[in-house]
Amino acid sequence: MRNIRLVGDELRPPARPARRHLLSIADLTRDDVERLLGTARTFASSLEREVKKLPTLKGRLVVNLFYESSTRTSSSFELAAKRLSADTLTVKSIGSSVDKGESLKDTARTLAAYDPDVIVIRHPQIGAPHLVARETNAHVVNAGDGKHQHPTQALLDLYTLQDVLGALDGLHVAIVGDVLHSRVARSLVQAFALVGIHCTLVGPPALLPRDLDVEQSSDIDATRDADVVYVLRMQHERMQAGENYVPSLREYTARWGITPQRVRPGQKVMHPGPMNRGVEIDPRVADSPDSLIERQVRSGLVVRMAALYDVLTGGPVGVRALAAAEVA
Amino acid sequence: MLAQRHQAQANVVFRGARVLDPAEGIDARLDVRIDNGVIAALGERLDTNEHRVVDADALLLAPAFVDPHVHLRTPGREDEETIASGTAAAAAGGYCAILAMPNTDPVVDSAATLGSLVERAQQDAEVGVAFLAAITRGQAGEELTEMGELAEAGAIAFSDDGVPVASAGLMHRALQYASTTGRPLALHCEEPSLSRGGQVHAGAVAAELGFAAYPSIGESVMVERDLALAAYEEQPLHLLHLSAAESVAALRRARERGVRASAEVTPHHLVLTDEAVRNLDPNVKMNPPLRADSDRLALVDALRDGTIEAIATDHAPHARHEKDVPFEAAPFGVTGLETAFPVLYSQLVEPGVLPLATLLERMSAGPARIFGLERPRIAAGAKANLVLIDPKGVTHVTESGFRSRSANSWLLGRTLSSRIAMTVANGAVVHE
Repeated sequence: MRNIRLVGDELRPPARPARRHLLSIADLTRDDVERLLGTARTFASSLEREVKKLPTLKGRLVVNLFYESSTRTSSSFELAAKRLSADTLTVKSIGSSVDKGESLKDTARTLAAYDPDVIVIRHPQIGAPHLVARETNAHVVNAGDGKHQHPTQALLDLYTLQDVLGALDGLHVAIVGDVLHSRVARSLVQAFALVGIHCTLVGPPALLPRDLDVEQSSDIDATRDADVVYVLRMQHERMQAGENYVPSLREYTARWGITPQRVRPGQKVMHPGPMNRGVEIDPRVADSPDSLIERQVRSGLVVRMAALYDVLTGGPVGVRALAAAEVA
Repeated sequence: MLAQRHQAQANVVFRGARVLDPAEGIDARLDVRIDNGVIAALGERLDTNEHRVVDADALLLAPAFVDPHVHLRTPGREDEETIASGTAAAAAGGYCAILAMPNTDPVVDSAATLGSLVERAQQDAEVGVAFLAAITRGQAGEELTEMGELAEAGAIAFSDDGVPVASAGLMHRALQYASTTGRPLALHCEEPSLSRGGQVHAGAVAAELGFAAYPSIGESVMVERDLALAAYEEQPLHLLHLSAAESVAALRRARERGVRASAEVTPHHLVLTDEAVRNLDPNVKMNPPLRADSDRLALVDALRDGTIEAIATDHAPHARHEKDVPFEAAPFGVTGLETAFPVLYSQLVEPGVLPLATLLERMSAGPARIFGLERPRIAAGAKANLVLIDPKGVTHVTESGFRSRSANSWLLGRTLSSRIAMTVANGAVVHE
């Protein structure tokens, strides 16, 4: 029985050489992460100058393709591209041909006709950025695909943690809330593993992905020993009657909401936004000196500058996933 | 019950083939002579009778295959498959007979629809086709179809494949009533309140990639329910496309208790696991989903020991533009008729996991027995239903190489061991 082979590599056609993309944290090595964070630090110091614009990506075209609403991600990608002197073009699904039923493949090919250097895409479906990477010659940056990945969010969170707490190795972060439906959590779990951060997932049983190989608990006290409590957004649509992930939003807040009583002095608090104040996070916690939430937003700009720079010039990012997609 | 267009009957001699018919107990190097579509003689150095002679030295001659689970997409989606193209694909895959599922548009739930399909098959079908009819009207899971009339019009069995019969009470009534027709029920076992629209097996891969998960219990709980109902009513039933080890265990226990339950498994569930989903290829998206390696091994074991009696392709053609989308937006289903034997030969027989004779039996006599069809056999006097296989040949799976109208195969770009060299169905050479 042991010798059953899966359809093996010997049956696959050779993969085409891959372009650099940033599709998933799973494609990155620790070296990739350190290089990206280092690049972001360099950009951060450049932003302290009076003239904040760098000529680095002059003449390059960055297309932002957003199929979901977004404030911080879309604005920070656009500003990141502009700070690097790239031309930018932002396409939102509302008011575009997507409204008329155009498929992702056709939209991607249409935009590819302008020869963009980078396509930044957010899409409600897992694997949409991979499809764009297959169908165009652009470098693709995943700005969130369904419940799958949000790699630049994880990178900006690492950047923030490093900025505030110094060494990442050995930190303990508790991620609290609706982990099951969170692309941020999926990217964070992989990013934390890469840099040696100990991670605990905390939330109601039905909102924890039981098959994910990470420490998990449904007891809110599991956050007590963590250096950082990372609070996830509670999505109202998950809480509709009949879904029964939890009996009610009110009961969720009572048992898993992050209140001042549940945070030690000095324990840092993060949130990827947008927040539901008074649901998953008490406003007093969100606005406390130990909250890193605004710093996360600020880190977003330099980390996205680094991501754009890196796919165009840096190391081998995203090779693995695309190679896998291309043999398919 | 099999409908097929009229074709010129073959006069041919296969010279020196390895003739392997497990059910007849034959495994020998022989000549086989077909006179006017009927196997006339088996022996050494047979006279050719001026027939065409096929040099079958180093080739394998076996009973042609029977696929109990095919989607011909007709009526309604003839852009994806027709009776002509689907049966041509079957011929290319070594099949002499296929069973077509009723989840078409409109659903095959009336004698009128069924009758028109049978007539069409008599004009167009390259190999024998039998049609299943729906268990419930419109497959809506509310009212039984007129099973008596449908059986008289030629329905070989009843199935709501594609969707489960969610109500236990309705399934009970269906078992009771189907018994009066002598036709089995073929069940797509899925408890919708557990599968919850899930697209990928509930395991590490779905958890990591963020897919809505369809757990094994979403299948096995329904398998247990239907086996309990079948035991209570003392009626037979057939379980479609099993995917989970828990379902296999339930089937094994029920059969030991004497329940007349049969089951089928697909090539993809025998070869792939949910790890294949990592490349986000919509051509590995199927229902039920690919599961863990422990599930796959349980399916292989059950196939080997006969708990699972049939291999079914669940051939599910889809238009290219419908699969050319992100995984989550793609429809379920993959094609399989033209690759089933080569992929199982490559992945199970060559590595020594499954004996060749077992594979041949589960692709031919097994499914024929379940649905009461005459078993394709290599014996003097039998109608010629034969597949000639070149075990040393290769099959290159390419998008342009299919006779099916659709190319949503999970094997695109692969090269497989063995090749179907010729198919004889109901006395006629339908593929070579």
